[in-house]
Amino acid sequence: MDAPAPAAKETAKVELHGAAILAAIKDSGVKFVLSVPDIVTSAGLLRPISRDPDLRLIRVCKEDECIGIASGLSFCDQRALVLIQYTGFLDSLNAIRAVAVEYKQPICMMVGLLGHEPERPPTQSGRFGVRIIEPILDTMGIAHELISQDADVPKIRPAIDAAYAQSLPVALLIGRRPLAP
Amino acid sequence: MMKRDACFRILARHITDEIVIASYSGAVEWNEINPRVLNHFSIGAMGLGSSHGLGLALGRPDKRVVVLDGDGSLLMNLGSLVTIAAAAPRNLVHFVCQNDTYEANGGHPIPNPKVDFAAMARSAGYAHCHEISELASFEQQIGHVLSQDGPVFCTLHVERSKPLTYDYNDLYAVARRKALKAALQQSQPSS
Repeated sequence: MDAPAPAAKETAKVELHGAAILAAIKDSGVKFVLSVPDIVTSAGLLRPISRDPDLRLIRVCKEDECIGIASGLSFCDQRALVLIQYTGFLDSLNAIRAVAVEYKQPICMMVGLLGHEPERPPTQSGRFGVRIIEPILDTMGIAHELISQDADVPKIRPAIDAAYAQSLPVALLIGRRPLAP
Repeated sequence: MMKRDACFRILARHITDEIVIASYSGAVEWNEINPRVLNHFSIGAMGLGSSHGLGLALGRPDKRVVVLDGDGSLLMNLGSLVTIAAAAPRNLVHFVCQNDTYEANGGHPIPNPKVDFAAMARSAGYAHCHEISELASFEQQIGHVLSQDGPVFCTLHVERSKPLTYDYNDLYAVARRKALKAALQQSQPSS
């Protein structure tokens, strides 16, 4: 029996490459990455960041520490990226409320959406914790971008630049496990 | 036991161009005793003073950074001891004013007044740790404590000096933050 004829046009595989995100982070002028490990970004981002001589990785014990450290660095004109899981974001809400939102500090957060199904918007996720992230950000008035595929990566640098230009927080939500370089 | 204000008056005589981060009751009292542009007050997210201090110390390794933490505050961010020790900023001196109470929140006791912060800092990996209970000893040691390679930790066993008026809006006013940032930009070392 003949093999079935291939579809006229195969659907392109949607991917998100950690190397592209890392390049965008560095292009944004970020020198410090402050992080608690997150399995979403572990292989594709945190591990290569830990080896990158252009970035200083500060491993913290609890995510809200990142908010204070990033704020302190911003007074010194040093850009930082907070790399955490959404659970750590939720745990840090008071620090984010006070330092980032009320005191208008440029806190740039890259937040892994553990358990998010990339084919759906986060607000329609089967996971309660994922579903509530964007509504919480909207309620707090925090700008956010969803980074789920390589086509989303060009959003990163303008978002970080805007955060520092306006002295306001931003959240970059990682909706798919980035592929390791 | 030392009165905190007496302690801070001695400390103020040793402070020149350091960045000083203070929180809650310590912030109110330090601002009364030594108001200056290079003060930064950690208000609104209790416990983050040490983390603000780490960020400033990493961002300006050419300047010494002095954190005036509270015991209730540090208890909320004990992990920062480990983070700071690992980051190992040589320019950071971390004091905790231990009066065994949440002074700014009604004077209730901390969960365990016997907690030994200096021992915690030592086991976390701070380079030098001190514990001072007497004003004469503080006066004698403060110059040495401030000049050691960090991270340095020092517990100050203090008692409340007087009832304080808390004006958090003033302590974290936008104008103060802008002034601090401008002062740090002006004093940037030439690259």
